[in-house]
Amino acid sequence: MTSFPPPERLRPQSPTDLFVSFTLLALQGFGGVVAVVQRELVERKRWLTAEEFVEEWSVAQIMPGPNVINMALMIGGRYFGLRGALAALAGMVAAPLALVLVLAMLHARFADNPAVAGALRGMAAVSAGMIGAVGVKLAGTLRNHPLPLAWSVAISASGFVLVALLQWPLMVVLFGLGGLGSVLSFYRIRG
Amino acid sequence: MSAPLHIVLSWSDWLNLFAHYLMLSLMSVGGAISTTSDMYRFLVEQHHWLTPTQFNESIALAQAAPGPNVLFVALMGWHVGMNAGSMAAALLGVGVTMLGIMLPSTVLTYTAAQWGHRNRELRAVRAFKQGMSPVVIALLLATAFILGRAGGHDNAGWPMWSLAIFSGIVIWRTKIHLLWLLALGALAGALQLV
Repeated sequence: MTSFPPPERLRPQSPTDLFVSFTLLALQGFGGVVAVVQRELVERKRWLTAEEFVEEWSVAQIMPGPNVINMALMIGGRYFGLRGALAALAGMVAAPLALVLVLAMLHARFADNPAVAGALRGMAAVSAGMIGAVGVKLAGTLRNHPLPLAWSVAISASGFVLVALLQWPLMVVLFGLGGLGSVLSFYRIRG
Repeated sequence: MSAPLHIVLSWSDWLNLFAHYLMLSLMSVGGAISTTSDMYRFLVEQHHWLTPTQFNESIALAQAAPGPNVLFVALMGWHVGMNAGSMAAALLGVGVTMLGIMLPSTVLTYTAAQWGHRNRELRAVRAFKQGMSPVVIALLLATAFILGRAGGHDNAGWPMWSLAIFSGIVIWRTKIHLLWLLALGALAGALQLV
């Protein structure tokens, strides 16, 4: 515990800081909060390095529950234990929940408006691009990976083809290729 | 908002709903969205607590709104309660479904993450976290691809793709705030350019 975080790394000041930060993240996340989390926590606030982000995101994916909620719990818990985890979780959920309920009440009235439908479509396209950019940026971390670059790129490429093009079940790919990556890494990391 | 369906829910029905979401929570590896087919079977086909339209709109609206996608679960609970006849029931529905879907997974994830963090120097923990990263990166790219394609469900085609790819490149290469791009996307959509 004493070595973490290294001095140059920034960190949240308090559970309140976590709550406020995650509320702001969540309210910017249309269609994919993960892109905002990466942008804000890695690039702006620098609470995590890109490598740490990928690692935490792997765990968030593999555990049951919503990914970004898992991510919030893990980051909050890392700095302030249970209090931090709950503060981050509450930040992620409270304001967006209130907002979505208000939207549900307004929805019936505006759903048929073509401008509203178009705006939603446009934002969906931008969020697709946002998530793609996160993938591209994090691909850069593979250079520091224990596996040779060619191996990890081969795993990534097959994962993309299986999920995006062949529509294999997510879990099969995650456990199959993830398991392969983990076993190979285990032998490459000299303990 | 008048409910298209009128149902009567007893306390055991509410309990049943809660228990079902507790179970789904543990099965929701990959996110709550991966259990939607089971939710449909339970809420729409088996119990007739929601209409198919309400079900689909819950998902679409939560996707369009800011915040984690899991909020579609809250909207399902909301509609079940509205169908049962009151705003109070709707709020109860939100509480029951959200608590159900989040509680077990949250406890499990928190416990596992704390354990993993305490044992982060173990070779097996490092190998697992690092070994997963190539496929996790692939999943992000695949998500972007699938979202980009799903956005263009009705003859939208290349303007959608161009907007998605343009935003991706801008975010990758610059530090511009994401909200500017979202506003741009909303504007382009509202003007029917995409």
